[in-house]
Amino acid sequence: MRERSIVQGFDNNLGARNRKGVIWHIVFQTSTVVGILALIALMLNVINSAFGYVAYEAKVDPDSLAVDGTSLENQSKEQLVALLQSTLSSGAYNKLNNEEPFESRSREEVYQLVVERIVRPQVVEVWNLWPSLTQADNIRVTVAQDHPEAELDFISWLTYDFVSRPQTSEPFTAGVRTAILGSLWTIMFTILLAFPIGVGAAIYLEEYASDNWLNRIIQTNINNLAGVPSIVYGILGLAIFVRTLEPFTSGKIFGVENITSENGRTVLAAGLTLGLLVLPIIIINAREAIRAVPRSLRNASYGVGATKWQTVWSHVLPNALPGILTGTILAASRAIGETAPLVVVGASTAISFDPSSPFSKFTTLPIQIYQWTSRPQDEFRSLAAAAILVLLVLLLSLNASAVLLRNRFSRRF
Amino acid sequence: MTTNNTPEPQYVLETHDLDIYYGTFKAVTGVNMKVERNKITAIIGPSGCGKSTLLRAFNRMNELYAGTSIKGTITFYGDDIYAKDVDPVEVRYRIGMVFQKPNPFPKSIYENIAWTARIHGYKGDMDELVESSLQQAALWDEVKDKLGQSGLSLSGGQQQRLCIARAISIKPEVILMDEPASALDPIATLKIEELMQELKKNYTITIVTHNMQQAARASDYTAMMMLSGEGERSGTMIEFDETHRIFTNPKDKRTEDYVTGRFG
Repeated sequence: MRERSIVQGFDNNLGARNRKGVIWHIVFQTSTVVGILALIALMLNVINSAFGYVAYEAKVDPDSLAVDGTSLENQSKEQLVALLQSTLSSGAYNKLNNEEPFESRSREEVYQLVVERIVRPQVVEVWNLWPSLTQADNIRVTVAQDHPEAELDFISWLTYDFVSRPQTSEPFTAGVRTAILGSLWTIMFTILLAFPIGVGAAIYLEEYASDNWLNRIIQTNINNLAGVPSIVYGILGLAIFVRTLEPFTSGKIFGVENITSENGRTVLAAGLTLGLLVLPIIIINAREAIRAVPRSLRNASYGVGATKWQTVWSHVLPNALPGILTGTILAASRAIGETAPLVVVGASTAISFDPSSPFSKFTTLPIQIYQWTSRPQDEFRSLAAAAILVLLVLLLSLNASAVLLRNRFSRRF
Repeated sequence: MTTNNTPEPQYVLETHDLDIYYGTFKAVTGVNMKVERNKITAIIGPSGCGKSTLLRAFNRMNELYAGTSIKGTITFYGDDIYAKDVDPVEVRYRIGMVFQKPNPFPKSIYENIAWTARIHGYKGDMDELVESSLQQAALWDEVKDKLGQSGLSLSGGQQQRLCIARAISIKPEVILMDEPASALDPIATLKIEELMQELKKNYTITIVTHNMQQAARASDYTAMMMLSGEGERSGTMIEFDETHRIFTNPKDKRTEDYVTGRFG
């Protein structure tokens, strides 16, 4: 382009302006890259711990338990039960039978009991994925020298069995089914409490409440509540749901006599506590979504003589629904990852029974992870890493289904 | 609100010393005007002089904006529409409104009209009502094959006619139009103006417009509004007369300057 002649009073600064733009472009790009690197580091760290070599020694050699040439792995349930009966003390055997009669246990469960109680593999050393891949020979030599009795296997701590087994205290037989079900039960009550109340409050505040000092105080406080530390909600939940409403949360007023329920420390109390925790988040997001419905649409509805309720129900809510659901997804994600309030409310750390009703004792995935990471042995850290992967998958699949649901609603027009 | 059984007065809407406030700010001062039945009454004037505010007061839409209030009265066939026992929803049912920006519901063309009729308890043949409303709005031929499509898929001019069809589907007695053609091109504007001439056989129309040619072409009566007063200026009606007088022989010098384009 032809050079422009100098215009009086104007400085030709296009080059400087463009340079400034490039600098900011780089700054923003760097922020994104840092964020992504942090995520990658997190994932690598978790995956690194969840797989790798393990050296272990069995207290009793499984080969010595073979009967008539049938190895332990291939024995029938009856044979395994007989083995338990003959090996364990009668007290221990009866205790197991009382927890759940052997007749109603599956062969898999009995086999696990045999491994857990009789074979008793003991982990002697654990390696992460990276050294397992790069220094496999070194590891073999070390194990052969230090633990000549030990077996060395490359194992994935995250297996189908890990997901489907109940929790036990032995690393090789531990699973997270109890914790997954506990998380799902808890999140269900959280949503059941927080979604209707949160959306209802948002509708009231946006559409009905007049702009007076009382409502302004309420609104400010809801915003503040979203920032209250979650442990405080735990204390609140302990006081209200576990102590004060104990007959309700333990199911006593419904006539439930459940030996597994322990005072009010139940799935229901945990769900309600987390419900209170995410309520402000749902209210704030739903209000934003409702406020984003254009004024012209409300005017159209009022202009043809619709009442406030007809306007809200037929136009405001359908148009705000995708936004409301997005907020609810965020809230549910927050709730499913919460640990501290559940510790206060009284999540159990060691239970092997699936929650079966709102009045069951419970544990959740984050609680389980927390408990495993606080153990000194390396193998539990690997278990925790595997559980973290399960939690992430659970979170992603819940979010994905919620997003699909939201898109169905927003595609209408 | 009851309609008198005596022969209906000629005037549908009347204002008496009407002041309109936004909070403490007096946006419109001392308006006295009468809207005649089956005529088109235009309200013209420069931006910010309170034309739309006045129009919204006619069906109590202004109450949806926080802090608005009025002094004086607006009567509908002689009854005060701001009386305590009057439900604003009924006012808006009988005095319909078409807005500046076309605002069909984000629903199908059919549902735009059907929903409107349904909320008022319409029990008759819905297909027939949809067809007749769209025909009166001169839109039927263009959309009869795509009634299931979104109202938002239409062009701007078609959307505005859909809004008019929606407004007349519930048989209001007055239609208020707030610059209905300001967002449209000249051809779509012409269609809306032709439509207004058709509609005035059955309806009373009050229209706010920026476009003086439009007021001159389409309306029977014209109200001229302007900001006046010292200090905090407030919109007021400086002249109200038959349209041809306003444009050919205005009494007020300011009106003459405005309609001849010498304003300012």
